Amino acid sequence: MPSQVTLTVNGLRVSVPSGATVAAAVAIAGQACRISVTGEPRGPLCGMGICFECCVAVNGRPHCRSCQTLCESGMEVRTDE
Amino acid sequence: MSNAEPMSNAEYDAIIVGAGIVGAACADECARRGLRVAVVDRDAIGSGATAAGMGHIVVMDDSDAQFALTRYSQRLWQDLRPQLPDDVEYEQCGTIWVAADDQEIEEVWRKHDYYGKRGVPTEVWDARTLKQMEPNLRDGLAGGLLVPEDGVLYPPCAARFLLERAQERGAKLRLGVSVAQIGQGRVRTNDGLEITGEIVVNAAGAWAPELTPGIEVKKRKGHLVITDRYPGFLRHQLVELGYLKSAHAVTSDSVAFNVQPRRTGQILIGSSRQYGAEHREVDDGILARMLQRAQEFMPALGTMSAVRAWTGFRAATPDKLPLIGPWPGDKSLFLGTGHEGLGITTSLGTARILVDQITGAKPEIPIEPYLPSRANQELANA
Amino acid sequence: MSKDLEQRFDVVVVGGGPAGIAAAVRAAECGVSVGIVDDNATLGGQIWRGTSGERQEEGAKVAAIWYRRFGTAGITALCGKRVFHQPEPGVLLAEGTDDLFELGYRNLVLATGARERFLPFPGWTLPNVLGAGGLQALVKGGLPIRGKRVVVAGTGPLLLAVAAYLREHGAEILMVCEQAPWSSLARFTAALLGQPEKIAQAFELKRKLAGVPFVANSWPLAAHGGQTLEGVTVSRAGKSETIPCDYLACGFHLVPNTELPLLLGCQVGNRFVPVDDFQQTTIAGVFCAGEPTGIGGVDLALVEGQIAGLAAAGRRAEARELFGARRKARRFARILDRTFRLRAELRSLPSHETMVCRCEDVPYSRLQRLSSWRAAKLHTRCGMGPCQGRVCGPATQFLFQWNPDSVRPPVFPVRVASLARFRGGAKPEQTTVAGGLG
Repeated sequence: MPSQVTLTVNGLRVSVPSGATVAAAVAIAGQACRISVTGEPRGPLCGMGICFECCVAVNGRPHCRSCQTLCESGMEVRTDE
Repeated sequence: MSNAEPMSNAEYDAIIVGAGIVGAACADECARRGLRVAVVDRDAIGSGATAAGMGHIVVMDDSDAQFALTRYSQRLWQDLRPQLPDDVEYEQCGTIWVAADDQEIEEVWRKHDYYGKRGVPTEVWDARTLKQMEPNLRDGLAGGLLVPEDGVLYPPCAARFLLERAQERGAKLRLGVSVAQIGQGRVRTNDGLEITGEIVVNAAGAWAPELTPGIEVKKRKGHLVITDRYPGFLRHQLVELGYLKSAHAVTSDSVAFNVQPRRTGQILIGSSRQYGAEHREVDDGILARMLQRAQEFMPALGTMSAVRAWTGFRAATPDKLPLIGPWPGDKSLFLGTGHEGLGITTSLGTARILVDQITGAKPEIPIEPYLPSRANQELANA
Repeated sequence: MSKDLEQRFDVVVVGGGPAGIAAAVRAAECGVSVGIVDDNATLGGQIWRGTSGERQEEGAKVAAIWYRRFGTAGITALCGKRVFHQPEPGVLLAEGTDDLFELGYRNLVLATGARERFLPFPGWTLPNVLGAGGLQALVKGGLPIRGKRVVVAGTGPLLLAVAAYLREHGAEILMVCEQAPWSSLARFTAALLGQPEKIAQAFELKRKLAGVPFVANSWPLAAHGGQTLEGVTVSRAGKSETIPCDYLACGFHLVPNTELPLLLGCQVGNRFVPVDDFQQTTIAGVFCAGEPTGIGGVDLALVEGQIAGLAAAGRRAEARELFGARRKARRFARILDRTFRLRAELRSLPSHETMVCRCEDVPYSRLQRLSSWRAAKLHTRCGMGPCQGRVCGPATQFLFQWNPDSVRPPVFPVRVASLARFRGGAKPEQTTVAGGLG
């Protein structure tokens, strides 16, 4: 099992320890997770999958809760931009 | 009610029971014509079928009478549109009637013809055009009919807007008031309060028969699902033309493919009809069948996130036309109910012809098909 | 393509935190078949998140013992699955990323835990303003916190636990602001005198937080920043103080996750699920343990979980042996409840523009004049977003005293295809279709 995992966030390469969440990777990449209905940048709030503020698109699938998604090698993550 | 009548002692010229879209439209119309009007409802504004509907503004052609009322009312909505606030979310997205096979394409042409003769613009689309305009529809459909003047809006806020306009002209709104009895110029609440009016309007939707026994309105339960935001997935309201191939397509429960794009980018998925279901709970079997039907037309729906599912009760009449006019047996009682799945569309038209009847003005469309007394007429003619 | 899977157990446990793990272990050790389901990638819930193999911290020794027992008990663990509906008694539906489970059970233990209560204040929606537990969860999930300046605020024992954890991982804790008054905290400390383990924990926390300013009677007034948080203004001794910082970890104690018990038809009281001595709800064969029966922390959760697991496995005599331990642990729960009441000043925190519903961006001004949760949902769409009111519900309950609505399936957003799956009833080809709209 590799100790580091490499994925991309909005095209930027991010390297995280194995077992890290996508939310952590997005934060390391310096990105907000989503843009709210009125255009505000948002990031994780609850950290446990109930607030939906951390939603990002993972490998093309939108509305994934990044705080509950583990990083995998080669994952493509896109936030609202 | 003619102009020669003496000034009455009643508190109001009209009391409207029900603050749904129909009651709200009636209140707005009454106030616009200078009537003193009160509206009572046991819950929040638009909390009945208004909260559960798909909010479409459409023309329909099941009968000439249905067409007349929907078209009349749709034009009124178009006139009102510039004044509607943002949260009413009016979008003229158009409807596409989707044809799955050649038999349904014939129906497309029939509708095109019918609407064309009556001044409603429509466009016939072949399979390629349909797929181009709505790429998320499955392959292999035969085509469709675009009705570009159809639209959607968010009904609870539309009802609220109409009531606020009425209130600006002096109408009184009393929410959280449960009505026990109406008739003979009175509305009596469960708390024992009595409100007097020259006219009382029963706009209580599926609950109208509870207040006026004998009204032939039955609850027709429907289900809806709304998804998370998927902007650009769907551009028009889509509805299927299909009927069961067998001629006797009558069972107790039915579903139909009907989806709508909301301004938020959420997809609203309907529709279902159940007869005799009295409880509000989501019926798993019906919900599943409705969603299976939807996926048959738009497979990608399956992977979308469904945020909520809910139900509502339409007010359905035996002949599919609403009841708009005086109640035989009580000249002071008027009905504005029985709108089934067209309450949002026909609310404005209903208000116009109802208040025409109350004030003795000449209605702009023939009102006979919607009169509550028509049932007696049929019996008399039989 | 989604897979449809079916599993049957004597006992199903929903929730893989301490209460759920304890229930599953005790039931399995009685010899019955047990399945545990949790929506996170690994077990542990919130308080044991990421603890399974880690160094000594936060009762890790206790967790390690339970995990060891769990590992040998033959329990089926379904992680990353979210229970969203009960189509019929004895069956639950749970959705995973690419699959759908039907879980059959004879007895059910609901150990769904709690979530933080969030209260709105100006700037609370800025990135890097998180819950207290929220920030801790994120750090456990790999968020780098070393060298970052953190203000911890809100209410409840979680604040100190989180501050200590973050500091151990290199964060600079600038201040811990507790809204409860000093008098409540003093009574809290005095009440702990009867709980030696709690005293030991308290001293441990004190040691870990040496030098960190802890202020009572203090709460956040506003968070500031452009694209992310740059500073926080807090109320302190009646004056406001602005603190530049990188993160604000702010939570106002805990709210029980009672959605699933409500969906199942369990009677739910004012806030919690009432249970009998054997942790059974008002529905026979459905048990509830841990925070949904009353916020009481990990010790109470472990005892309640064990009782529920044993009772679900039909071992009432053994369950009874734990009643004394539960009585003891409940004392802490009562102390907690009394101490961390929310003060009225917190109702005045939001400004007109402050978003209250974050999913639908509904500001405070639009909600003020509405009279009920239902009216708010209908007319502003507050509570109609994907969180299904889990964030704005408790906030508006506190701000406006609105009572929440009933719960409908799905209790979490799920794929349309998951709702379309139904094993009874007519097949699609036989579906009657009615023409016509709406």
